[in-house]
Amino acid sequence: MTKAKRKRLILNLVTFALVIAAYIILQSMIAGKSISRSLRGQLVPICAWIVMAVSLNLVIGFSGELSLGHAGFMSVGAYTGAVVSGWLLHAQNMQDTTLRLVLALAAGGVMAGVAGVLIGIPVLRLRGDYLAIVTLAFGEIIRSLVNVLYIGTAEGRLHLSFLNKEMPEGVQMLVDGAKGAVKIKPIATFTAGFVLILITLVVVLNLVNSRAGRAIQATRDNRIAAESMGVPVTKYKMMAFVTAAVLAGMAGALYGLNSSTVVPTQFTFNQSINVLVFVVLGGLGNVLGSVISATFLTVLPEMLREFSDYRMLVYAVVLILVMIFTNNPTIRAFADRLFAPLKQLFRGKKQAGGDAK
Amino acid sequence: MTEIRKHRSDTKMVPVPSHSIVPERDVNEIPVLETRHLGIEFGGLKAVDDFNLTIGKTEIAGLIGPNGAGKTTVFNMLTKVYEPTTGAVLINGRDLHGMNIVQASKLGIARTFQNIRLFDKMTVEENVRIGLHNRIKYDMFSGMLRLPRYWIQEKRQHEKALELLGIFGMQDLADEEAGSLPYGAQRRLEIVRALATDPKLLLLDEPAAGMNPRETEELMENIAKIRDQFQIAILLIEHDMSLVMGVCEGICVLNFGKVIAKGTADEIQSNPVVIEAYLGKKKEG
Repeated sequence: MTKAKRKRLILNLVTFALVIAAYIILQSMIAGKSISRSLRGQLVPICAWIVMAVSLNLVIGFSGELSLGHAGFMSVGAYTGAVVSGWLLHAQNMQDTTLRLVLALAAGGVMAGVAGVLIGIPVLRLRGDYLAIVTLAFGEIIRSLVNVLYIGTAEGRLHLSFLNKEMPEGVQMLVDGAKGAVKIKPIATFTAGFVLILITLVVVLNLVNSRAGRAIQATRDNRIAAESMGVPVTKYKMMAFVTAAVLAGMAGALYGLNSSTVVPTQFTFNQSINVLVFVVLGGLGNVLGSVISATFLTVLPEMLREFSDYRMLVYAVVLILVMIFTNNPTIRAFADRLFAPLKQLFRGKKQAGGDAK
Repeated sequence: MTEIRKHRSDTKMVPVPSHSIVPERDVNEIPVLETRHLGIEFGGLKAVDDFNLTIGKTEIAGLIGPNGAGKTTVFNMLTKVYEPTTGAVLINGRDLHGMNIVQASKLGIARTFQNIRLFDKMTVEENVRIGLHNRIKYDMFSGMLRLPRYWIQEKRQHEKALELLGIFGMQDLADEEAGSLPYGAQRRLEIVRALATDPKLLLLDEPAAGMNPRETEELMENIAKIRDQFQIAILLIEHDMSLVMGVCEGICVLNFGKVIAKGTADEIQSNPVVIEAYLGKKKEG
């Protein structure tokens, strides 16, 4: 095994180990009732945001396209999950919550994937800023659409309309326009979220370290060169985009089924930016970083409730600082010098370990 | 270097239709590359006009000319980065018309770039593996789920990549980040990456740029070695005349988008039109 490969393998194992360890610790805390109510309530959202961050990292970090509509896919997934779950319960009388959750998540992923294909076909022909603008518009379109969407179930059938009046008598409303998806039975569990994170990590990490993943990264580093080597660029950008959309849809379904209502205003442009902050702060192309930053930036605002007014302000400043620090050569050189002794120490230690072996 | 000169003198150049010359051994084969009246305009400016070139199956050809003559533009047309406005490009007798860059690559045309275009953030080996993209395949789900096919094909890719890096003795650099390599090594890596696509025709855009004389000489030997080992045709753009004259069996001179001379090294060196294009016209009297 080569050096680079081993380094990557270790990093991936650390990522998995960290997630599994966190799950075990939190589960034992829940069993021992030593966990605060607010944190308990945050567990499933944290899982959803981790999946969102990792999947967006696939698009931004690995395929190098700035997508600002990731919350749109989450919204599609959340609504689909709520409708499928409600329909299975009311119309099909399915009582098994685990099966319902799995089917809802799958449906959320598929619908978001379809949306991803539809939006990806025109969008991935664009580059840079244009792509960002169109994905931003997509998120807003989805938000406006679900704002006037009415879905109800009666006698085992689904009724869909963009006008409230058209619903038949005795209908059980699942999505009620601006009120959002209503009367959801919260069936999402922390275990389900944990499994979804594991699935996401397996998919993303395995994809990145495979033929397709290398092609995706090659299109990011140099489009013309990748094409000249016979790599169909649009196909691989699409692959990354749709995979991310499917994962975001599943995260959305999980998120939606964690509460009793889902409203359109939950998935605004601000949420897309939120996820973008997770990704940039965790590091582009750094999956472990995304996991950690998504966790902390979800927990932190809850703990610092008093300062919540300043959150977006702080995010903006942090984003700008991160960009400056990662892109300004002078500052980077300064930081390198600053951390050089530390690195030396670490490297020396590793060398010694290698010799001992 | 002397060996290459010897090699070159063995090669007898013979004329073929469409006013070109190819090595004698290639005459009965379909030429790897044939361009017919190739031309491109940028907003009324004829960057390249009536460009005709034939390259035999295992020929090493050179494309030279002063700065701005349109050499790289020719490369971009051959690889479909630009769509020619007139004329046709035939690779192994197949017209490239209507194809995109990827399809042209699949027909067996590979190139390096004047301004190096490596995948900077990926390792050296991964760069070569991108070249192997269409040769050693497995689908996306085998990769995601780590099916047996993934392991088999990854192993084959790894072995093939190291074998190719061995041409320039770069196996030890396999794990380095491509962007951190020294300039000369980056140029060599580009050649390896292009070779990984299993081309019939290799286009080298200023392969010796930024190399010292010793490196250039080494490169010259390697170019001849690559041709013999892979049995491919090579077309190179180069300003280093010792390289061009030393290794190329046929040379085409371009000036202001037009072909002003074609022939062997000796013919080109003594051609007054070429001398004029490079050095300017001798003042009368």
